[in-house]
Parts: sequence; C-alpha cells; structure tokens
Amino acid sequence: MVHWLFAVAILFVGMCLFAEALAGREVWHMRRWRKYLWPSLTFALGLFLWPVMAFFTNSAIHMYAHGSWADALMLAGAAELGLVHGRLTSPLWRLTWPLAFVVTGTAFIVHEQNPWLFARSAFLHHLIGWTFIVGALAPLALVFRPRSAAFQAAFATVIVVVSIQLFTDRDVAPIFGHLSPLAGQQHR
Amino acid sequence: MNTTFVTEAVQQHDIRAHSISLLGPLVAAAGIVWAIVQPNRLTLLHPRGQGFWWLAVEPPLLLVAAGIVFTLVVARPLLADLERHRATTR
Repeated sequence: MVHWLFAVAILFVGMCLFAEALAGREVWHMRRWRKYLWPSLTFALGLFLWPVMAFFTNSAIHMYAHGSWADALMLAGAAELGLVHGRLTSPLWRLTWPLAFVVTGTAFIVHEQNPWLFARSAFLHHLIGWTFIVGALAPLALVFRPRSAAFQAAFATVIVVVSIQLFTDRDVAPIFGHLSPLAGQQHR
Repeated sequence: MNTTFVTEAVQQHDIRAHSISLLGPLVAAAGIVWAIVQPNRLTLLHPRGQGFWWLAVEPPLLLVAAGIVFTLVVARPLLADLERHRATTR
C-alpha cells in the first residue's frame, strides 16, 4: 500500500514534468507556486521515506536502502528548490538528480537478495533498480542541455515508468507465472 | 512576418495545449479502465473484513484522483498562462 501511495505522488511529479516540458520553462514559471510544485513534492517524498524506513522495514539492509533514498531525494528536491528560487546558480546542482537516480537504483538492486523470478516484488526491485540506473542518463543530459524539451520529456517518462512499476507491486504475487514456494502463499 | 512560420507556430502551440489538457483525463481514464479490468482492487465494492488502509488506498481511485487534481490545479491555470503568453508574444 505504501508503494501505491508513493506511486501516485511520483506519477503526479511525472505529470508536472511532462506539462513543464510541453509548456516550456518560461510559461511554467509564470506562477510563483507552480515553479516550486514538483521540487517541493520531491523533497516531501524524501521526507516521507524516513517514516517508511522506521516503521515498514524489517532488516538492516532495507533501512540502509530507504535511508539512502530519503537522503538522495531530499538533496535533489532541495537543490531544485534552490535553483528555481535563484538561491543556487550553478547548473552543476542538477547533478544531484542523476546522483539520486543512481543511488536509488543501486539501493533497489542491492537490497533485493532474491533472483528476478522469485516473486513479483523481487522482479520489480530489479526492474526499478535498472530503470533508475539507465534512466539517470536523462537528468544527466539535462545538466548540459537544461532547456531541451526532449530531455525533459525523457526525464518525465522515466518518472512515470517508475510510478507504473510501483503500481504493479503486490504483497505476494507471481511474475510471468513464476512464484517461488519460499515466497509464501499468494495474496493481495 | 512569414505567414507559414506563424501558422506552424500556432499549430505547435495548439498541439502542446491539447497535450497538456489531455494529461489529466488520460490518467483518470487509465484508473477507470483499471477499476473495470480488476474490480477486486476496489475494496469498497467488498469492504467486509478489510482493514482501514486497504479501504483507504485503492490504486484505481488514486489514479482517478491524480488525474482530476492535476487537471483542476495544474493544467487549467497552465493553459490560461500558455494562452496569455501566446497573446503577449504574438
């Protein structure tokens, strides 16, 4: 359930990024509240990962993984807030996004100890991890071409794809007909 | 100004405006289709024995809500600004 709540927030961020790519940054920034919208949401998602880490994890490696995502998301959100506000001026701050993607992707892959076809959640951990790592190319390209609508759309696409992957998560469910007996009884 | 260039710019603007206006409805429609394909995901239809969180967090309804909120809060003001921007740069 927590995955689905995060999925809808991530989807909303992705929709905002798509809208910004379509409208152009100049139009997107015409209203003061709007330019802070998705960076604030990103920062808030990072904040909400802390209670997830504290209350929904059952092993040390899960805690490290969720803690590192929380750090990376808060850093990227805060850097983006600083950039849109004008407090930060160096475009190199946008490197926090590919950093966040790589940290998140690595944490997803490292903290999943089961193989791809063990169960749906194991498959999704591997898939989301690699999506983030490969998808890091989009925000990395934006560091060098910040006004490119194509790269902004690619960034938005990665975010939306991750949200779709999170929406497909289940407690215990098969993946392509495979469900390890060690995963337990299928439910939800 | 070249009329061909102006026509192309207006068409491009229209495509962008249409795309923005479609984002929210598309997401909401995806939620409705999901609810029809997997009605078991809507625990409100069979609430007996469900805990609070299973009743509160229903993915198809979350999609519909995201689509509606995006349309009302983000897309409508953005489209108005896009139109205003086009009027001032015309």
